[in-house]
Amino acid sequence: MLEIRNLHAKVGDKVILRGVNLSINDGEIHALMGTNGAGKSTLSNVIVGNPAYEVTEGSIMFNGRDLLAMKTEERAHAGIFMSFQSPVEIPGVSMTNFMRAAVNARREALGKEPLKSTEFLKLMRERRKLVGMDSRLVNRSVNEGFSGGERKRNEIFQMAMLEPTFCILDETDSGLDVDALRIVAEGFNKLRTAETSALVITHYQRLLDYIRPDFVHVLIDGRIVKTGAAELAQKIEDNGFDWIKEELAWEANSNI
Amino acid sequence: MGSEQQYIELYREAANVIRAKSCGVMNAVRDEAFETFQQVGFPSKKVERYKYTDVDAAFAPNYGISLAPLTVKPSLYLFNIKDAPVDVTPYYHKLADTSDAITALNTALVHDALLVYVPKNTRVADPIVVDNWLRGSAATMVNRRVLVVMGQGSDATMIMNDHAADGVPFLSTQVMEVFCQDGSSLDLYEVEETTPLCNRFSNVYVEVGRDCSVKHNGLTLFNGRTRNQCDVRLTGEHSEVTLNGCAIGGGDQFIDNNTLIDHQVPNCQSSELYKYVVDDHAVGAFAGKILVRKEAQGTVSQETNANLCASPDARMFSQPMLEIYADDVKCAHGSTVGVMDEAALFYMCQRGIPEAEARSLLKNAFMGQVIEQIKHEPLRQRLFVKVEKRFRGELEKCDDCRLCKS
Ligand SMILES: Nc1ncnc2c1ncn2[C@@H]1O[C@H](COP(=O)(O)OP(=O)(O)OP(=O)(O)O)[C@@H](O)[C@H]1O
Ligand SMILES: [Mg+2]
Repeated sequence: MLEIRNLHAKVGDKVILRGVNLSINDGEIHALMGTNGAGKSTLSNVIVGNPAYEVTEGSIMFNGRDLLAMKTEERAHAGIFMSFQSPVEIPGVSMTNFMRAAVNARREALGKEPLKSTEFLKLMRERRKLVGMDSRLVNRSVNEGFSGGERKRNEIFQMAMLEPTFCILDETDSGLDVDALRIVAEGFNKLRTAETSALVITHYQRLLDYIRPDFVHVLIDGRIVKTGAAELAQKIEDNGFDWIKEELAWEANSNI
Repeated sequence: MGSEQQYIELYREAANVIRAKSCGVMNAVRDEAFETFQQVGFPSKKVERYKYTDVDAAFAPNYGISLAPLTVKPSLYLFNIKDAPVDVTPYYHKLADTSDAITALNTALVHDALLVYVPKNTRVADPIVVDNWLRGSAATMVNRRVLVVMGQGSDATMIMNDHAADGVPFLSTQVMEVFCQDGSSLDLYEVEETTPLCNRFSNVYVEVGRDCSVKHNGLTLFNGRTRNQCDVRLTGEHSEVTLNGCAIGGGDQFIDNNTLIDHQVPNCQSSELYKYVVDDHAVGAFAGKILVRKEAQGTVSQETNANLCASPDARMFSQPMLEIYADDVKCAHGSTVGVMDEAALFYMCQRGIPEAEARSLLKNAFMGQVIEQIKHEPLRQRLFVKVEKRFRGELEKCDDCRLCKS
């Protein structure tokens, strides 16, 4: 599904990604962990095409297509969704209008008719219930005055509406209370199909208890330095990153 | 400077024809207005209230003057001034200020006038609508004069729609005098939806008595070069005035709104909200002065000008002004110029909304605040749709097909 090769990226003069390699197959869940500022959100933003980040080297293929040649909205139409670490407010744009524009833009790109108003509202209701989102929230402007947790839940609601095939969850667990985390994660699992893949960025084991990863990657200083099975996440939560850094230093020394 | 000359010559040649087509009350002030125009000439950019508009450039081309008679569909409250149900001498040219060259020129050249007369204690249920189409086979100058008299305790909504047809340049001047007598309510909308070939110079003068509620809404949806001036004098206590504006510019469009709210008496309220979205190479200007005289204790006033510069080549000038000589007042004013919210744009595009649509959603959201405040519900709904179309670039197309039909 997703094939990242030797990806380098920077913002302004600051180099952030220094050769990321990652492949994700259909149906796989990959967890991405790593120190603050290591470049996890940057990697996500580059995948979805945030113009603030410049790719200087490397490639990303998505289902055989050259992702880096596609516009942000085209990547979304191809089935990529990112749950933002810090979702923005859009005052004056109602959740309903926003969602309708998004759902119908994707349908149009896929050659489908726009949803009829009643069908659309029915879908909104259904998906809202699935992620346990308060009906009052969907009557407001996008994220306007939403609490941190409400914003995260809204991200997953939007994901449920758009039914992507590849999801990036960038610290969706942070800000959610224990119950909300369970509801949101269960919602995510209900929507999963055998083909859906995800890159789950987190600092904690909690979310991974619900969304069990096939692989856990560790990103430090712009590179994926370690990949392991699901148990690696717990080990990091218990012991931090120092032991991985030490391993790296040892490898670096023995290479000389 | 220098484009006055052709209007001076025009007046000398055409004054008799204009007189013959006009009426006594208008002719009575004509020569004097012309004299004033000759003396003051067009304002240069050094004149404070005209510092953003190049008047000379707008008036320089050679326009043929339109002397077609006003055709007013006779209605209960709308008249040609020649068929006025009352003596208009106490009103005509009593608020207009001829030290303004545009007003002076309009007064000299205008041959016909529209009168809205709402008698004492009359509440007009349906809005009084004036649909004006600029038409001509060559570059044409059109001078419009409007007189609005709201009798004591009367209540009305008035909508003036301006359109242009025929794909030729137009130069239009308008002088509107509005008398709101004690206890009256007026909700006045002016909607311009013309073409990039149109030049509009409008001066509106409003006098407000006591216990009145007056709203003026100026909406520039599509235009060429527009300067709208609105001067309001509060002369009776416990009245409230709202001036709102929505200005949308793209291409090489130019929109200048210049307002003055003159608090002459105590205990009145005024509020002003002007919003602009300028895109491409468009230029917007707003200058609004709130004058609170020494006598005007207890004045409450709020003035806001908020602007969105949607392209790096668009420009916006903003100049809110408060001049206060009374001490017991509550006045505030503010002005902001912002750019497109890139983070919001990216968020929307990530959800699959194409960038152009995301931009128009953001502009629409920004302008929504002004449209929401439109009291007349059908107009509000129509304008929500129009503004949305405007941002999608569909307004011109829509007008074209209307033209085809007409
Ligand atoms: N738009 C930007 N402008 C300037 N610096 C940036 C920008 N985006 C990221 N950075 C910098 O790049 C580095 C990587 O940031 P990134 O957000 O990718 O880290 P992260 O791994 O997601 O960290 P966290 O765990 O704290 O979310 C940081 O040092 C950050 O300050
Ligand atoms: Mg991050």
